[in-house]
This record gives sequence, C-alpha cells and structure tokens, in this order.
Amino acid sequence: MIVEIKKTSELNRLKNPSRRRLFLTVAWSGLAALFLGSAAAFGRFFFPRVLFEPPSKFEVDKPSGFLFGSVDTRYKDKYGVWIVRDEEDRFFALKTVCTHLGCTPNWIESRNKFKCPCHGSGFLRSGLNVEGPAPRPLDRYKIALGIDGKIVIDKSIVYRGVPGKDSDELYPKSVLKV
Amino acid sequence: MIKQFFDRLRQTQVGKSIFRRNYGDSPKERMLAIRGNVFLHLHPTKTRSGAVKLGFTWGMGGITFLLFLILTLSGVLLMFYYHPNTRDAYMDVKDLEFTVPFGMYLRNIHRWAAHLIVITVMLHMFRVFMTGSYKPPREFNWVIGVMLLVLTLLLSFTGYLLPWDQLGFWAITVGTNMAGATPFIGHEGPFGPELGVTAYNDIRFALLGGSAVDSNALLRAYIWHCIALPLIASILIIVHFWRIRRDGGISGPN
Repeated sequence: MIVEIKKTSELNRLKNPSRRRLFLTVAWSGLAALFLGSAAAFGRFFFPRVLFEPPSKFEVDKPSGFLFGSVDTRYKDKYGVWIVRDEEDRFFALKTVCTHLGCTPNWIESRNKFKCPCHGSGFLRSGLNVEGPAPRPLDRYKIALGIDGKIVIDKSIVYRGVPGKDSDELYPKSVLKV
Repeated sequence: MIKQFFDRLRQTQVGKSIFRRNYGDSPKERMLAIRGNVFLHLHPTKTRSGAVKLGFTWGMGGITFLLFLILTLSGVLLMFYYHPNTRDAYMDVKDLEFTVPFGMYLRNIHRWAAHLIVITVMLHMFRVFMTGSYKPPREFNWVIGVMLLVLTLLLSFTGYLLPWDQLGFWAITVGTNMAGATPFIGHEGPFGPELGVTAYNDIRFALLGGSAVDSNALLRAYIWHCIALPLIASILIIVHFWRIRRDGGISGPN
C-alpha cells in the first residue's frame, strides 16, 4: 500500500508541478533553445549567400574559330576550360582540374595528351585517364551553341568523369555536333 | 652595490607602492613570495627534483610552450605589415623580408618556430607515451594533448596559405579538395550528392567561403590562424597545464 502511495505521489508530482519546478523547466528549456538556435546560426554563418566569383556561363568563339582536330587552350587561364574539336567535328569542353587532387594539367601537343605537373597524371584528348594516380577521366562542362552563333559554356553543369567509362558514351549531351 | 641600489629604490614611496611586502628568507616566506605574485603564482611553489631529470622528461612540453609564445609574439609583429587580401599578401611578405628592418629575421623566426613546434609536440607525445604518463589518473590530459596536436597541425595548415604563394595555394587546394571528398558532408564524397550536397553548400564551401580558393579563403585562413585557433589552443593549453598541476606536477621517475 505504501508503494502505491509512492507511485501515486510520483504521478501527482508530474501532473501538478510546483511553481518552482515549472519555472525551472521553462527557464532551462528557454536557455537550451537559445543555445541551440545560436549554434545553428553560428553554423549557417559560414555559408555566404552571395559570391563574387566569375559567372558560370560564358561565350567563347564561333565554331569556325576552332582548329579542326585540336585542343584550344585560349580559355584555360581565364575560364578553366579546354575546348576540344575532334576529327569528326564534335566539340566538348574539358574542366582543367586534375581528378587526382585538383592541380591544373597542361596540354602537351607533341605527346597528344594532358599531363598534370603535380603527380604525373596523364589524360588523353578525350579526357580519359591513362597514366598516374588520377582515378577517373576529366570532367566536362555543358556546351551549347548560342543564339548569335558562338559556343556557350556553362560551368554550373558538370559531367563528372566515371572511372573506366568513356565520357563520350556516358554523356552524349556533353558533346556538341555542329 | 647594485643590490643596495635596488634596496634603496624599494624604500621610496613609489617603490613601496609597487613592492608592498618584504619577504624574508624562511621556507614559508619563500613560498609566499611565489604565491603572492600574479606572474609567479602560476608556477608551483615547490618542485620535486625528479622534475628536472631531462633524461626522463626531455623537456619537450616546456619547449613546445616556449615555441608557442615565440610564434604568438612573432606572429603579432608580422601582422603589422600584412594585408590579408589576394592583391597585397604576396608582396607584403616580400616587402617585409627586404624593406622592413629585421623583417627577414622575424619571418624566419616565425617559420622556423612553426616547423619546430610540430617536431617538438611529436617528441613530447612520444616521451609521454614512453614514460607511461598517460595512464590513470592522467588519461584525459592525453586526450587534451591530442586535441592540441590537431590544433597545431591546423595552425600550420592555415598559416601556410597566408603568403599566397604557389606552395600555399596548391597545398590548400589539395587539402580542401580532400575535405570535399569526405563522406556525407563533401560534394565529391560518397553519399554527399545523394543528400543534395553540392559544391556550393558542402564543408569545402564553408572552409573556403566560396567554391574556389580565392580572397574569401585567404581571409578565412587568416582569421582561423590568428584569432580562432590560437584562442581555442590557449584554452586547451590552460586546461592541459592545470591538469598537470593537479596531478602533482610533471611526471618523474619513481
């Protein structure tokens, strides 16, 4: 019977909290909410809404401005892209970032491949990785023909290279046929 | 003669207002002289003879702290001639070396101390392990020490970017790309893209303040390196020393 009385009074305490208990619960909950809110704000603070980076969409030359069967390095420094025009008159845009750890490879005309100076990764003209520690082919950007006849590149749309696969087959949209 | 001169100085009104207590030479008064001084009271009033056995302790913890103080002082001085933006940073370091008196010396001190502190913390860690000074009741202090190790490496990493040279730029490119390849929170890591993590909202974006290693990244590295990380490190160093004092001072041979 004593146990029953104890249980009832426990329940009673939960159902009818004293003023002190009520105040403390509300106060601590409020403080906890404040801290959690501050922590969330602190985390969000590190992600800026506005960036002052170059626009992701830009125009390059007209298709006739690119040599047949070539890799164009004119836009490498400013836009970080190689424009490739192959022997079958197809255009694609390669991202100038090595898929190993992010250095900028160089196009070596005499050896017909891209070589990364950091750790020696080698890529064919299609972007396929053939040498060194690079695990996958070079990424490609979206390429399209603009209204005024110039080729337009959109860097916000990336066709990510998949290990062991040909990007031409995997991403038919990454290739522009003129 | 010099002692007499200073004794006379302490008898003056100004001297007596600064040095208010005159301690004698008894053991109790000696202890009080240490305990009653704001700078000295951080030290223990007495220390065991085992504490100075360099063959046991190596003194690497103390040397690490000394290097930390050197880095802080030289770092503050370097801040007088450095602007944390991409236009000025590289030339500021060059100017500091060649046009500022003792500039090259200061920069070299900071750089050498930075390299050495990484070595000394590792030697300290090795010594603590070899002497079993991580065992109970000292286990948590080891954990604090590991946190300090991570902070040391982060301080090195953030500081490396500040000259905005090729070495620093590409080191940070590689390091943040590794962060971008972390599972769940990186846009190039497993499970990240499935959760809607892109290059514009992943951990790499938060570290760089953008999608590329540019002016935002430099400024953030500067603030982490000069303010945030030293603050956190200072707090942990204080805890680390407090724990050592509480456990009876530096561990020595039994």
